[in-house]
Amino acid sequence: MAMKEIIQKNIQTMKWSAWLGWQMESNWTNPFKFLVYTIARPIASTLILVVMYLIITGGITYTDQFHYIYVSNAFFMYVFWVLFGITWVIHDDREHFQTMKYIYISPSNYFSYMIGRTLSKIIITTFSIFITLAFGVLFLGIPLSLTSVNWPLFLGVMIIGLLSLISFGLALAGVSFLTAKHSGGVNESIAGIFYLFCGVVFPVHILPTWAIAFSKILPITYWLELVRRALGLGVGVDTALASISTETSLIILCVSTIIFTIIAFSIFFLGDRLARSKGLIDMTTAY
Amino acid sequence: MKQSGGDILAIPAIEVKNLNRTFKTKAVKRKSKAEIVKALQDVNITIHQGELFGLLGPNGAGKTTLIKILCTLLLPSSGQAKVLGYDVDKEAHEIRHKINMVSGGETSGYGLLTVRENLWLFSQLYGMPTKIAKKRIDYLLKVMGLEHKKDSKVRTLSTGLRQKANIIRGFMTNPSLIFLDEPTLGLDVNASRLIRDFIKNWVKEKPGRTVLLTTHYMMEADELCDRVAIINDGKVLACDTPANLKKLINQDTTIKLEIRQVQDLSAFEGITGVRSFTHSHNITAGITKLKFILDDDATIADIVTAVPKSGSKIVSVEKTEPTLEDVFVTLVGRSLVNNDI
Ligand SMILES: Nc1ncnc2c1ncn2[C@@H]1O[C@H](COP(=O)(O)OP(=O)(O)O)[C@@H](O)[C@H]1O
Ligand SMILES: [Mg+2]
Repeated sequence: MAMKEIIQKNIQTMKWSAWLGWQMESNWTNPFKFLVYTIARPIASTLILVVMYLIITGGITYTDQFHYIYVSNAFFMYVFWVLFGITWVIHDDREHFQTMKYIYISPSNYFSYMIGRTLSKIIITTFSIFITLAFGVLFLGIPLSLTSVNWPLFLGVMIIGLLSLISFGLALAGVSFLTAKHSGGVNESIAGIFYLFCGVVFPVHILPTWAIAFSKILPITYWLELVRRALGLGVGVDTALASISTETSLIILCVSTIIFTIIAFSIFFLGDRLARSKGLIDMTTAY
Repeated sequence: MKQSGGDILAIPAIEVKNLNRTFKTKAVKRKSKAEIVKALQDVNITIHQGELFGLLGPNGAGKTTLIKILCTLLLPSSGQAKVLGYDVDKEAHEIRHKINMVSGGETSGYGLLTVRENLWLFSQLYGMPTKIAKKRIDYLLKVMGLEHKKDSKVRTLSTGLRQKANIIRGFMTNPSLIFLDEPTLGLDVNASRLIRDFIKNWVKEKPGRTVLLTTHYMMEADELCDRVAIINDGKVLACDTPANLKKLINQDTTIKLEIRQVQDLSAFEGITGVRSFTHSHNITAGITKLKFILDDDATIADIVTAVPKSGSKIVSVEKTEPTLEDVFVTLVGRSLVNNDI
């Protein structure tokens, strides 16, 4: 088959699996429910954060610290939903919908199918993040405007960051091939690690030295820092990262994304192979 | 493709050589050891293109395991399996364009999507052109009597209708070879009839179309299949046309006997010339049905004389044609399914 044809076929697969993902998230029998899930849910979780922050600081929302936490949490939604979403896709397709085996034996590349499903998660999460940021600007005085954003940096950082997230999702998919629905734990722990070590709820510099070192090898740390810099919010709050220039951060993000992607692909294909040899592609909890 | 038109059909649809598959089952309790289940043992089967081939065997025989290996869901433990000339392990991708699979007795599909949307999704995963996909989906919905449900969400459908939708998904891609794992499992008589007729016609419609179906209903295997492999405990015990399989046991020596108020069935055991003997009770009617497969007619007299010894009276005696069930009983020494004889 010609290269062009192969690429077209894989894009076709991604398109329809993204469509499926979109249907699954948005087709909650009515648009009202959809709005509740994509708007009310992120705003509610953001409000919880705001309240926690207000209790700790005694009611201050206009500081850089607050902006730091607000923006980091908003963008962390990507990490959270992609990581969890992918595992759910595998477990639900396999055990609940019982479609995984049929998708697996189709001529479509399962890898591309997973990328498509991830893309639909990303699109929906983007919507939620937009709503959260808009809420922050309107009601919490987050100083963000279209002109204050460094667009080239923002777009570049988003593309690289999302690539590393997709890779991460695929690595988790590879692991999820081998785990049963209720075994859980893996992705929760990974999301938890990122939450604590990547500068989401608090700046990296307040962590112990060993944890700062660990934090500095995680691409998500650089990604969130660069997003903050691009948006001009909470910049300089994280003294552990402030000394690293934007250029250096970008290089580190790129390199770690490449390394991550290679590892993630290997995990995916290894998981796939193991699942096929152990007979787990159509596993139900009965076995 | 390398082959010319004539040669393509000469390649076996399925060629299985010394195929083994084992599973390690997890230890249920800490003390109990992990067990090794031999799901398939030294299986050798060749199925030609154009055949409607049946795997007949009881639950746990290894039928699903064989199908899973052939449709590239599962790897063999050892041995070789080729589908349309391609190795299931190394050339899975080549195989996937040409096959499809449906397993019965499940409720697969995305409940939130409509029947049509589900089918459409799969047509696109198979890269079917829009026009052809629409035409085939509509046609098959009509044939399966599912037209009126095409815009219903799959989760609102009964199990039977979902199974029909699943069957459409399998045939819609126009595979050269389709695997049907217990396609009529759990369906009512009419739905089963419809699906069996559909399968029969589908194979005939175009030369080279091949079906491998599994079943534990011997009538289904008998009625549908050009050839049948009888499988038990992971081993193929016999493989031939239903007619030839029945010839394995002597044509004229299957006897059905109905007796009343039986007290002691042991009177029928150990009669020389009886190859196998099964029975079932109808308690409310007080009638016991016995079925004997005999070496020759002369033994009939011995059986009849055993009736008074068992304390019972004859209600009816009937000489019957052997069935695949009888073949199975003869080969395995027990009944295929635990119901009426
Ligand atoms: N994934 C698995 N793990 C462990 N044992 C399995 C697995 N799949 C099948 N088996 C075992 O292999 C044997 C054959 O199963 P199967 O092929 O499903 O039989 P059939 O389809 O003829 O009913 C059974 O003993 C079954 O318990
Ligand atoms: Mg089975």
